[in-house]
Amino acid sequence: MTSDAILDDLRKVCDDAARPADDTDMVADLPARYVASPATTEQVAGVLRLATEHDLRVVARGARTKLDWGAAPTGVDLVLDTTRISGVVEHAAGDLVVVVRAGTPVETLQATLADSGQQLALDVAQDAATVGGAVATNTSGPRRMLYGTLRDLLIGITFVRADGVVAKAGGKVVKNVAGYDFGKLLIGSYGTLGVVTQAAFRLHPLPLASRVLSAEVGEAEEAGRMAAEMVGSQVVPSAVEVDQPADGPVTVAVLIEGTEDGVSGRAAVTAQLLGTGVADGQPPPWFGRYPFESSAEVGLKLTTEIAGLPKLLTAVRHAADRHGVPIGVRGSATGVLYAALLASTEPAAVAAVVEDLRAAAGSYAGSVVVLTAPAAVRDALDMWGQVPGLDLMRRLKDQLDPDHRLAPGRFVGGI
Amino acid sequence: MDTDHLAARLRSEIGADAVLTDRQQLRTYECDGLAHYKVMPAIVVLPHTTDEVAAVVRACVDAKVPYVARGSGTGLSGGALPHADGVLIVTSQMRAIKEVDPPNQRAVVEPGAINLQVTNAATPYGYYYAPDPSSQQICSIGGNVAENSGGAHCLKYGFTTNHVLGVELVAPDGDVVRLGGKAPDPPGYDLLGAFVGSEGTLGIATEATLRLTRTPEAVRTLLAAFSSTDNAGGAVSAIIGAGVIPAAIEMMDALAIEAAEAAVHCDYPHDAGAVLIVELDGPAVEVDAQFTAVEAHCRANGAFEIRVATDDIERALFWKGRKSAFAAVGRISPDYIVQDGVIPRTALPDVLRRIAELSGSSGVRVANVFHAGDGNLHPLVLFDEAVPGQADAAEAVSGAILDLCIEFGGSITGEHGVGMDKAKYMPRMFTDDDLDTMQLLRCAFDPEHLSNPGKIFPTPRLCGEVPGRRKGVHLLQESGMADIF
Repeated sequence: MTSDAILDDLRKVCDDAARPADDTDMVADLPARYVASPATTEQVAGVLRLATEHDLRVVARGARTKLDWGAAPTGVDLVLDTTRISGVVEHAAGDLVVVVRAGTPVETLQATLADSGQQLALDVAQDAATVGGAVATNTSGPRRMLYGTLRDLLIGITFVRADGVVAKAGGKVVKNVAGYDFGKLLIGSYGTLGVVTQAAFRLHPLPLASRVLSAEVGEAEEAGRMAAEMVGSQVVPSAVEVDQPADGPVTVAVLIEGTEDGVSGRAAVTAQLLGTGVADGQPPPWFGRYPFESSAEVGLKLTTEIAGLPKLLTAVRHAADRHGVPIGVRGSATGVLYAALLASTEPAAVAAVVEDLRAAAGSYAGSVVVLTAPAAVRDALDMWGQVPGLDLMRRLKDQLDPDHRLAPGRFVGGI
Repeated sequence: MDTDHLAARLRSEIGADAVLTDRQQLRTYECDGLAHYKVMPAIVVLPHTTDEVAAVVRACVDAKVPYVARGSGTGLSGGALPHADGVLIVTSQMRAIKEVDPPNQRAVVEPGAINLQVTNAATPYGYYYAPDPSSQQICSIGGNVAENSGGAHCLKYGFTTNHVLGVELVAPDGDVVRLGGKAPDPPGYDLLGAFVGSEGTLGIATEATLRLTRTPEAVRTLLAAFSSTDNAGGAVSAIIGAGVIPAAIEMMDALAIEAAEAAVHCDYPHDAGAVLIVELDGPAVEVDAQFTAVEAHCRANGAFEIRVATDDIERALFWKGRKSAFAAVGRISPDYIVQDGVIPRTALPDVLRRIAELSGSSGVRVANVFHAGDGNLHPLVLFDEAVPGQADAAEAVSGAILDLCIEFGGSITGEHGVGMDKAKYMPRMFTDDDLDTMQLLRCAFDPEHLSNPGKIFPTPRLCGEVPGRRKGVHLLQESGMADIF
């Protein structure tokens, strides 16, 4: 039987860690045929060479926290599970650099780094998320305001091309302009350009002190004004987050990190800027969490230029009212918001809301991506929307994965 | 190539004044900041608009003529070295700062805009443009984008790539494409991230959207003198190890100090084996707390004199010695090579010792200036062209320093770029597969290899070919469009 021969080959290259796929291995409701769990970069290369030989479509997965993000692939034959490609390769604490394998949970990495008083300055909303998955989906959170995103933290990458060739770019020094910055291309590429097996990051010291101040502010305009004041102030917050639930007042929360003395001085300034009713202490429960819970709900990512924040929050309210759909939205004053629509929302209503919000975000240089949604909703809209530069992106995909073997159809423009 | 025919078309497209073919005029453009490489281009064009750049590129594509973009020509890797039969596209007529947008913390500029002028335009609003290469008074943003330029303050604030949020570019097929913009996280592949630092091989930026950074509330700068670079390096490690990320930590060794004194009379402490300049910025309360710690770490590591800048004038004087260091070396040596390599910061003492050994065994003097915080070395290799054999000896030492960087897990360039100068070193840092993969990106953008050919990669990849070993003479090599290093 052909499929058994393929499975035998997969087992050979993965120390036996390959099996037939079952219902738990579905990708966006699509069944797969095999699951292979290579433990090294070389084994990933072996798996991808086999996939090429047998013409298998491959979806890489880590902890599956965002496996349903992006459009549904046109099909999947082989799930490449990266969770065995795990562990810290090198933590050069004196250099504030770490090299880590892609299947390592971010939480595990952070625990290792914390022993040396260091951190990867990246917020990951779902605790189990792996380094590779975070890279593939360009995960970011509240502290992107101070530390930037993965494109600002990743300094080196090792990945395997669709044809099984192992390639690397960058290195393990913070400053390096030798060769093309391929790491940036892989960040947020949803597994469509290659399988990342190892990454190097610049690290930051853990702050000596930190505090969160939050205040209920009523409406979006007021929240926007406060966020703008914080962003433009000399407080230099690590994060300014805004939460606008489907009903109820808007809350602004500010994270300040630094030395003990510094934080208390800056917290005092922040309290003044936020006005009365400031809560000072732990982050509110919603801080750094997506407003949507599971793939049954609709999760959106909305972006805007900084000054467009209050207008986009208001546009969300208007869209909710106009289409009779409750929408909660929250995110960073850097201009990155996440919104949730209930699982029960009619696909046509979701499509109408997304259309409205795309028009609004577009007025402020931003965009709206549907990150995750039930199958019926996926069919009713374009999850990625219009993307400038799509022609060049297609040409890049064709160069790196000419057979469209890696997560075909999951990315922008059907890539 | 029929230069006359192409020049005629270019004149009709963008105007006769903007097209130069006179040899005397062309001579101005025969090299960039790396002046020992010289190539006279066939044609120089000075376009005023994106449409004109696109028209020039389309004309080059039709004529199958290579082209090279050039900003202010301050690059130090020969990245803007012209192609002998090609067109040099100079962006000096596109200098406008189109928009300063404080509420969105962005500026939109043309590629020929000067780095420091962006900061000057933003300063009245309480903002500045963070990347600050030493040439910031004359270097262009377009060149910064091409080279992913760094600077003394990128230890804390990052490099050009971290501050460019969008570009409009003319792709190698002549299409005008926008990538990114004022909002973060545009969907799709981060082509912008790959374009920044691609050294003009993926197209020509015709507009850039830049991040503006809030002018810090407080800036404090100290100059500390040590008896040796080992001691100064120990202080750097102690500062970073204590969790302090200064805006900048710069180091100069005795020979570099001597040169700076001769050139700009910066009056650094006498008899210092090394000086450190440490600058902290941010909220005043934080800076005060950290500054005390930095002083203590310097003293604990043997600093015998510490000066604290009391005002902007004193701060400028501290920086004057450092920022003029490259040119200053001209005072103590007729010729010199500015090297640019990176090592892990903790390897600094070992690498400096090895450089000293290289210098001792070869008799070639090396002055060391570096961004100590991020391990970016700028050894200045001194020689006298007039003395037979010295240039070759200096070149050999300079290359050996790059080998040291690679041996210690670093990079052959931290901020000056690969360009023409270091293409031959790329295979020491990357495998054939790595380089082949990078060139797949090149093939997606520029399958004809017309946009700044011969830079970055030692061997061009013929687009569309099956990956694997090449046999015989490469087609591009045969046609004279590329050389094998």
